[in-house]
Amino acid sequence: MRVTQGAFSFLPDLTDPQIRAQVEYCLRNNWAVSVEYTDDIHPRNTYWEMYGQPMFDLHDAAGVMSEIVACRNTFPKHYIRVNAFDSTLGWETIRLSFLVNRPSDEPGFRLRRVGSEGRVQRYLIEAYATDKPAGRRY
Amino acid sequence: MSGAEHKRITDASKRYAAGVLKYAQMGYWQPDYEPKESDVLALFRITPQQGVDPEEAAAAVAGESSTATWTVVWTDRLTACENYRAKAYKIEPVPNNPSQYFAWIAYELDLFEEGSIANLAASIIGNVFSFKPLKAARLEDMRLPLAYVKTFRGPPTGIVVERERLDKFGRPLLGATTKPKLGLSGKNYGRVVYEALKGGLDFVKDDENINSQAFMHWRDRFLYCMEAVNRASAESGEVKGHYLNVTAGTMEETYRRAQFAKELGSVVVMIDLVVGWTAIQSISNWCRDNDMILHMHRAGHGTYTRQKSHGVSFRVIAKWLRLAGVDHLHTGTAVGKLEGDPMTVQGYYNVCREVVNEVDLPRGLFYRQNWGGLRKVMPVASGGIHAGQMHELIDLFGDDVVLQFGGGTIGHPMGIQAGATANRVALEAMVLARNEGRDIRNEGPHVLLSAAKSCKPLQAALDTWRDVSFNYESTDTSDYVAIESVA
Repeated sequence: MRVTQGAFSFLPDLTDPQIRAQVEYCLRNNWAVSVEYTDDIHPRNTYWEMYGQPMFDLHDAAGVMSEIVACRNTFPKHYIRVNAFDSTLGWETIRLSFLVNRPSDEPGFRLRRVGSEGRVQRYLIEAYATDKPAGRRY
Repeated sequence: MSGAEHKRITDASKRYAAGVLKYAQMGYWQPDYEPKESDVLALFRITPQQGVDPEEAAAAVAGESSTATWTVVWTDRLTACENYRAKAYKIEPVPNNPSQYFAWIAYELDLFEEGSIANLAASIIGNVFSFKPLKAARLEDMRLPLAYVKTFRGPPTGIVVERERLDKFGRPLLGATTKPKLGLSGKNYGRVVYEALKGGLDFVKDDENINSQAFMHWRDRFLYCMEAVNRASAESGEVKGHYLNVTAGTMEETYRRAQFAKELGSVVVMIDLVVGWTAIQSISNWCRDNDMILHMHRAGHGTYTRQKSHGVSFRVIAKWLRLAGVDHLHTGTAVGKLEGDPMTVQGYYNVCREVVNEVDLPRGLFYRQNWGGLRKVMPVASGGIHAGQMHELIDLFGDDVVLQFGGGTIGHPMGIQAGATANRVALEAMVLARNEGRDIRNEGPHVLLSAAKSCKPLQAALDTWRDVSFNYESTDTSDYVAIESVA
């Protein structure tokens, strides 16, 4: 299966020039770009590992690209995403988030059903990969 | 009428002598009044009957929406009546429409109960719309003072928190309403939900009139829909949702349905505008207590918002709903099958999404409105739109909107999943292109065609609906011509 988190996952994986164009868009908007990675791709996993701090003072797309490449080299089989943070009043949140790396084999998720009262089912979603400890998945 | 007839009578013995006075004489027309920061302001479009002078008509609106009755009453003198009297302070002819006037009216804040849209609505629109000296009246816009805004709780979730909960940023969300909207059994209904979510939508939606009918009882619908939502989430790794419509005949039953939606793990419930203001504020409080997104379907609004001469503008309804506290609000598409002039519709979007609205006459915003930190409402564009219009929709409305393609998903020639995928690919390709700096308003069709080269469902969608558009003249448009700097 293909995990479709992030803004562009229904398109073919972005090339580096395409990623760079998106980073430039974020910088034009004065958003702080950050890089995060995980090997726990659960839909409710909010806190991916931060690859360094958000780059608040970096206004150069080439600098951001080198961080992305460095993260990819360190974690080639992890999911890696680029976030852009907007500190404007009333937003103060991420304004764009997209994947820039994914493992070549994505085994997907198991859906567990546990019977409850009447016809109610309790649903549990688990990534097959997280059966293994962190760092040994994918 | 003569000058004396619209002069306020200040001599108390004459003013309170038993009998009938003009509303202007009673003090409801005060052209020298300067509105206070704390006043509630309302702008009415009025069409006076033949022979009724516009100042007196405006004074009558102020009077009938505050303290006046048709005759003088001495009991006014038991109150600080000057304070409670609404003041019509300005009238101006509507541009290019000699029979209509804009009447500007100010209301003292003390007239309104804190945190109650029911009270606000009963005051402002309770009486005047049936008033005989007016042929027609329309409430065009309101300015709610900050002190009053802060007595409301506003959206329980809002755009920012909704996106953080869903973990979806930087693109419009995608939805669809299950079709046919009536008649499917629970099992078949859930099939549509599953296919659409798996194909790439974020949300599927009950329609306004799906409640608990013989063909599908509500519990059955909830159970099958949540099976579909969870299956699709596991197939995609994304958070997905279905707006479960909890509208019912009583508030007790509405809460029962909302509670069941929560027990099943739904992230969102839905309510119809026809339930009324008190019910909306109540379910909003429930949503706050239960971490639930509240989707508002504006069922019935067209009965009073559409005609320009009479009723209440939707921008006022949108303001009241942001105060009352909804998270999603249908605000029109401009390009789809339902009424909506593009700039007027953009005005509604600004009411939903901005921290402060500035005066913007071409978009129908007559006042500066400070929202005082109230959360933002996610607008929903729904009704007769399809993937081929993606560039127009994103150009008009930006990223913070739910685009709902019902027929445009379920009517796809290759099936529902393919329909959903076509929409999602069109959406992502268009956002990507816009961010890259491309002029999507003009290059949009080309962006879609090149995205379709690697996505057959998108090509099929473009082929099927290529020439579908709804180019009818809008009835609700601005009276002010857009000038270059604001257009």
